[in-house]
This record gives sequence, C-alpha cells and structure tokens, in this order.
Amino acid sequence: MTDILSTVFLASLLSGGVISAVPLIYAGLGEAISERSGVLNLGLEGMMVAGAYAGFVATLNSGSIWFGLFVGGIAGLVVSLFMVGLCVYLNADQIVVGIALTLGATGVTALLHSAQYSKSYPRLPKAGVLSIPLLSKIPVVGVGLFSQHASTYLVLVLVAGAMWFFRSTRIGLNIKAAGDQPHALEAAGGNPRRTRTVAVMTAGFLAGVGGAHIALIGAGLFVPGVTNGAGDIGIVLAMLARGKLWWIVAGAGLIGVSLSLTTALQLIGLNIPIDAVQMLPFLLIIVVLFIFGRDSYLPAALCLPYDREAR
Amino acid sequence: MDDDELKPAVELVDITKAFPGVVANDAISFSLRRGEVHILLGENGAGKSTLISILSGMLTPDAGQIIIDGEPAEIRSPRDALDAGIGTVYQHSLLVPTLTVLDNMMLGTNRSFRLDRVHAQKRMHELTQLLDVEIDPDARVGDLALGQRQQAEIIRALWSSERVLVLDEPTSMLTPQGVQSLGRVMRRLAERGLSVVFITHKLNEAIDFGDRITVLRRGRKVGELEPLQMVGKGVDDLKDEIIALMFGASSAGADANPSGNIEKAEWLDQQPVCFRLVDVEIQGDGPKPILDGITLELRRGEVLGIAGIDGNGQKELAEVIAGQRPLLHGQVYLDDKEIQRLSVAKRQDLGIRYVTDDRHGEGTVGQLSIAINSVIKRIGQRPFWRRTRIRHAVINEFARTMIAEQDVRTPNEKVPIATLSGGNMQKIVVGRELAKGPRVVVYNKPTYGLDVKTMQVVLNQIVEQARRGTTAILISTELDELISASDRIAVMYEGRITGILPSRPGIEAQLGELMTGASA
Repeated sequence: MTDILSTVFLASLLSGGVISAVPLIYAGLGEAISERSGVLNLGLEGMMVAGAYAGFVATLNSGSIWFGLFVGGIAGLVVSLFMVGLCVYLNADQIVVGIALTLGATGVTALLHSAQYSKSYPRLPKAGVLSIPLLSKIPVVGVGLFSQHASTYLVLVLVAGAMWFFRSTRIGLNIKAAGDQPHALEAAGGNPRRTRTVAVMTAGFLAGVGGAHIALIGAGLFVPGVTNGAGDIGIVLAMLARGKLWWIVAGAGLIGVSLSLTTALQLIGLNIPIDAVQMLPFLLIIVVLFIFGRDSYLPAALCLPYDREAR
Repeated sequence: MDDDELKPAVELVDITKAFPGVVANDAISFSLRRGEVHILLGENGAGKSTLISILSGMLTPDAGQIIIDGEPAEIRSPRDALDAGIGTVYQHSLLVPTLTVLDNMMLGTNRSFRLDRVHAQKRMHELTQLLDVEIDPDARVGDLALGQRQQAEIIRALWSSERVLVLDEPTSMLTPQGVQSLGRVMRRLAERGLSVVFITHKLNEAIDFGDRITVLRRGRKVGELEPLQMVGKGVDDLKDEIIALMFGASSAGADANPSGNIEKAEWLDQQPVCFRLVDVEIQGDGPKPILDGITLELRRGEVLGIAGIDGNGQKELAEVIAGQRPLLHGQVYLDDKEIQRLSVAKRQDLGIRYVTDDRHGEGTVGQLSIAINSVIKRIGQRPFWRRTRIRHAVINEFARTMIAEQDVRTPNEKVPIATLSGGNMQKIVVGRELAKGPRVVVYNKPTYGLDVKTMQVVLNQIVEQARRGTTAILISTELDELISASDRIAVMYEGRITGILPSRPGIEAQLGELMTGASA
C-alpha cells in the first residue's frame, strides 16, 4: 500500500486534479455571479457543453487554444441569452428554462458532432503549459500545480478580480442588491433586469470558457457529454461557497482531486473497481452537502422573476 | 409667511390610477409647499400608497400631471423622482438587509464605476448631523434596530438632494418614543426648508405632526385642512371634522328606515341569544394582547357592526370566531355549546361562516374555476363528492344556481375565478358562505374595493339574510355602511371593545370618540 504515497501517484493525482478543477472553478464562479443577481442558472451544464463544442471546432480549425477558449466563452454567452430573454425579461420559471437549456445544448452539440466528426473523431494536440520558474521545480507538487496551461492561472486571477468587483464597484453592488432586494435596487434608481442580464451573460461566458477548457486542455477532443456533470457540480460549489468566492476554488480542488483519482489509481495498478472510484466525487458532494448544505447562503430573491408593478 | 413659502414645490394634478377592479386614485390633486409637513390621511385602501408610489415613480399614473416648481415634470421611474429631489421611505423597507449601511447608501447613488467610500462617508456624516442621529455606517442593515433602520431609510431618501421627503406609514413599527423622535426629525427637516409628506391612518399623529392635512377616502380626495383652519380650532373639533371626512359620516343613514328599525328591534328582543363570546383573549408578539377580554352576546337574526380603525384586532376577532386562531383563554358559545376547541371544518358544519377580507388570497384560488371555488370549503363532502370521486355535474349545477341567484356576471361557471371583477368574485365568496344553513356569519370588510352599486347589493344581502334568522357580524371601517346595515355597533380599540351603541343615524361622533380610545 505504500504505492499510494509514491511520487508518481501524488504527482499525477495533483496534476489531474488541477486539470479537472479548473473548469469547475470557471463554472462555479459564473454560477456564483448569476445566483448573486437572483438567477439560478441551471443551464450552466448546457452553456459548458456548448462552449466545449464551439471551442473544439475553433481550435481544430485555427490551431489556437486561446482562440478556442474565447469562442467557447462566446458560445456559452449565446446560450445564456435564452436564459436572459426567457427568465429575466419574460419572467419564465428559471428551473424549467435552465433544465431545458441543458438538455437542448447537450442534444444539439451531440447532433452537430455526429454530423461533422463521427467518422474522423479528430483529436487536438496536447495543450502547451506555462511553467512558472522555480515553483514548478518543487518536487512532487511542482509540476502538478505550477506547470499547467495558462488558463489555469487565469481563472484564479478572475476569482480574485470578481471578489474585488463585488467589493469595490458599482455593478458588483447592484448585482448583490438585485439578488437580495430587487425592489430596493429599482427604488434606488437601478435597473434589476439589466443588472441580472449582465450577471447571467457573464456566467454564460465563464461557463463556456470552462467547457472549452475541458475539451481543449483536459480531454483534447470533443465527445457528446464531455462535460460530464461539471456544470452541475459548479452549481453546487457556488451554493456552498455562500458568496465567499475562494471557497469555490477550495471545493473545486477537492472534487478535482477525487475526479483524477481514477487515473492515478490505474497508474499505480491498484485494483479498485473503476465504477466505485468514479462515484467518489458525487459521493463527496452529497457528504459535503449534508455537512454544510444547511448553512448555504442563497440570495433572498433567487429564482424569483422581477416584476416592478407586482407586489 | 412670505409668498415664496406658500408656492407649491410639487403639485400633483388630477392623478388617476386604476387597477383591475379598483380605482385606487380618482382625479386626486395634492400640493406640497416648502417647509411644511403635509399629512396624507386615510383608511387602508383609501389610495394613499398608490398616490405616493406615483410621486416616487414606482407607478405611472393613467391620467394626470406632476408639476415641480411650476414646470410639468415626467416621473416615469424612481430615478426620475430622485433626480427631481423626491426621496421616499416606503412602508416596506427598501434597504438590502445583507449589505452594510454605507453600501446601501451607495446603491444607485454612486454613478462612477468604482465605489467612492470616502465621499459616501462624508455625505453620511452630513446627513446624520442634519437629522441629529447616530448610525454606524459599517453595520449590516439587517442588524440595526427598527428605529435606526428607519433613520437609515430617511438618510437614504435624502442622499442625493434634500428637497422632498415622503414617509409612507413610518410609525407602524415604532415605539411611542420612536414616534416622538421621528416627529422631531420631521420638524427639523421642515425648518430647514424641506417639504415632508407624512402618510398615516392614525389621527393623533396627523394632528400632532401636521401643518396641513389632506384626507383621502375610497380613492378620492375628500378634504384638505389648511394651517389657518387647524390653528383656529380645538383639537376635539378638528378630530370630529377629520373623522367625518375619513369615514364619510355625512351621508350616513340617509336611506335608513327608522320605523323598520323599531320593528326590527322589537322582533330582535324576542329572539334567543344564539352566539356568545366570553372574555376572549389572544396574545401577539408584543407585550399587549391582540384581543383583550372581548365579551359579546348576539341574538338570532341580529347584525352586529364592528367599527374601529384598521388593525385594532378586528381581523383577529373574525379569525377567532372562524376557528383559524387559538385562544389564550375565554369561551365561544353557539347556543349553549362551547365551540372554541372545534376545528374550522366542524364550525363550518355547525353553520359558522367567515367571509374573509382577503378574497384574492385566502378567499379563492384564482386559477380554479368558479364552480370549484363555490364548493372549495366542502371538498370531499356529499353531494359534490361521492366517496373519493368528484361529481362535476352536481358542482356545476350548484355553481350555476349560485351565479343566477347572486347575479354574477360571467360567461359560464367554468372560467377561472381570477377572471371575475372584484365585485363578482365577492358575490361568489358571499354566496358560498351563505349556502347550506348559515347560523353565524362574520363578514370582514365585505365591500372593500367594490363599486358603489355592488357595495349596496352586498349590504342588502347581509340585512336580508339576517331577517331570515342568520346572525351577522359585520366588520367595517366605513361608518355609514355600518350604521345603515347593523342593529348595534361595537367599537374596537387596541383589542378591546370600548363601547356598544344601538345603530342609528347621527352617532358618528360618538363612534369616532370610541375609535380613538376615549371611553364611552
């Protein structure tokens, strides 16, 4: 059993964990912003899978990972526009629309993929990494943490940026008010609907980038359902973070590591049924929800459409 | 007082706003001078909140004009109102409880991308000085005491400019001391040249704090008392005059039939007492009981009016009788049977019925058909259900009869009840409660929000039903309808019965005194 503590095992666990965690952070951050504004975005998974497909096509044709991530973000944003139109402006039920978007986007991308690539199953070249000098030379943890694609570091910058944004900018303040007391925002001269639109579109873009990250940097290919529930995990992370964005990073790290456990265990040849190991992250979420779910903070006006004359 | 001060700072001209089934504001004009505290007085539902929602941009009027400093102004959103210097403190708090006081102040007022905390702190300091209060700017609003939270709301309303302050029923949650300090704050602001609009349904506050009083009733402006008028009179005369305006006492009882009243009174004396409340008490959240030692005796066929300013325990009394609220102590008797422990459904069976004042909320289920709503309190009972199966044919037939009897205007009995106007909906609600042997019916503001004609229909029905031997308890804030429909009128004040008078025209002043807590 000493194998479990071997360098190879730990390094691959860490490295794989980071690769799995990054899309969860993108998704969780987007969801946190959307929820803070009062929109429960269950379409997150759909936005991710749209981003994954669009990013894959873009990178396949251009050869640029960054371009693919950007196009993925745009695809996620386009899907989020449905959410904006239906839920923010037409006051449709957020849960129904969110689920419909996820199902729809999953189906459409699967269809497009089978029409275009079902014969060839193209793969992308392995994404380049950005090795941070000195830090990446640390034994065991160095490579896993500090020799990853630059998108990995970008997402941490974005989390820090979002925290600053919520604390120090007008739009951040408006988003918080839109989720807790939209009538107060309106009475103060703000516009709850426009504020929510900004938040949902931001969430869509981030989820799209996260989805593209999975296809371009994690898997190196697109297959239907490649996001594999990452969007749903993102929703859980955002709820558990209770508005404290660093918790998303911590939670994503934990779940990312458990996701990469499968590969790492195979690498050292330990014989545990693969299904049991793959179950682990979801089991973990259930356990975490049991422990912390009760305290999870949700904005007061979450899931409630805003209608000025209704009271 | 020089001319400049008398010129209105803000004028509302012929403001009209209708909601489905109710005209909330009917051509109301309202002017506001610099340096005055102007009271807007009226019962709940008189249209006060609608009027100030229009002034503050939360609602747009159907017709009418807003004039600011002599220029017509468009106020289409709260931002327009704030830009025009009109700040409002709403009845329901509009601060975000999870944010700090300072963040709340910056919400909507900080127009640059970055939040300017230094500037906000400075402004906060200025305004706390102006109001002479102390508030920690970094405290979360949800953690503030109610009085402080209200001060924060006032600061918020005055943040961008100090010109007009509108306070919508600001005293409802304050202690007496809190009310006094709010009064001082208002006076201080008026002395500095601001105009303050103070909305209330409490008479004493209006007289204590006001320079001028405008009275609304059923969506119309029924009177305005100028400062000169107010100075010249004694407080009691002023109260009488205001009560007459608020409750429309002048027209009261014009159609009452005195000889009929006497006949009815003689007939009633021969009827047995069939419903009694003995020393009923219920406790609220506060230190005072909501109902305090209520004792009433009603004869068969009697209509007992319950008068009182809204919120003095009338609704709770109705709920106690219907069985929706447990008693702290006391007894309720139907004939000689104690019923205070029986459930709502059991009391229904015995003939105790409750026509709620909340006909959209607890009275009906809007999306269901008229037919289902007409039997909704008898779900599972024969003949409408047999075993567990619903019998639509029977229910529809029942509803059609009710529609014909009550003269309800509707295409058929299968449309959702929410499509009916308020009056027609009320006819169904009343018809439902009067079906199947009513003994004692509590009507809680049965004419609220109805047009004059329907109102009369509903009142006539109550009187007619009583002649057939059904005892009625009629809760209302409209003295004229109480006097015209009731045999006796009990007045409630702060959970107690302050007096019971035989109903006849001309007792409005006496009732008014009882309503404000003077003893009989």
